[in-house]
Amino acid sequence: MIPLGHYLILGAILFSLGVFGALTRRNAIAILMSIELMLNAVSLNFIAFAAYLDPSRIIGAIFAVFVITVAAAEVGLALAIVIRLFRNRATANVDEAASLKW
Amino acid sequence: MTITLGIFYFLAAFTVLAAAIVVLGRNIVRAAVALIFTFCGMAALYVLLDAEFLAAVQVLIYVGGITILLLFAIMLTSRISSATAQVINDQVPMSAIAAAGLLAGLIYAGTHGIAAFSGPPQLPETAPFLGRALLTTYALPFEVVSVLLLAGMVGAIILARKE
Repeated sequence: MIPLGHYLILGAILFSLGVFGALTRRNAIAILMSIELMLNAVSLNFIAFAAYLDPSRIIGAIFAVFVITVAAAEVGLALAIVIRLFRNRATANVDEAASLKW
Repeated sequence: MTITLGIFYFLAAFTVLAAAIVVLGRNIVRAAVALIFTFCGMAALYVLLDAEFLAAVQVLIYVGGITILLLFAIMLTSRISSATAQVINDQVPMSAIAAAGLLAGLIYAGTHGIAAFSGPPQLPETAPFLGRALLTTYALPFEVVSVLLLAGMVGAIILARKE
């Protein structure tokens, strides 16, 4: 049997990789991919907790379903924003779209 | 017993390797393809956790929907000539410190916290239980998230259309 800690460590590694990518990437779509990675690591933790700690096993799965739904809505909206940005500025790099920064 | 552990280690190594390519790879199309492999590895881990329905949903929505959408956006926005451009910004050292600190904290919490007194896996979760829970106990969040999806859809159409 696999200890729960193994799943938690795997989730931690994937989440940290996602954080690193979201902080260092310049392309907005690459940042979005890193955020998807972080959301997926969180879903893995929810499902692992549901499997090991919750007798009914439902709550973690429900959370994972909602995380997937929110990720789908988020990616649709964010890509619309990226396409809009590319149309206005001819770039998809977030550090070149800094006119709101003082 | 040990076979399951071996499968877990294989899947974990596969997923982490693909995720590293997503985060560190220079070519963004390659990163998107590596993201597909990451999601497939995750789905296999869900099967290992007896959550077959969520594994199927993961493949359908993440691999079939989100990654394809990302590839479409990459092809709509990136230029071939920009393949040699700089893909990472100048905050790599600080970001590495932040990510490593977060990793250390999460691993400490994962190995010393609640995992230390967790029992063996419980009975398998199946799709009928999940559907019944979504339409009884969790009916309100289910409806709210459907409104969220509708709002996201309308917003995406309005943002992306031409004037």
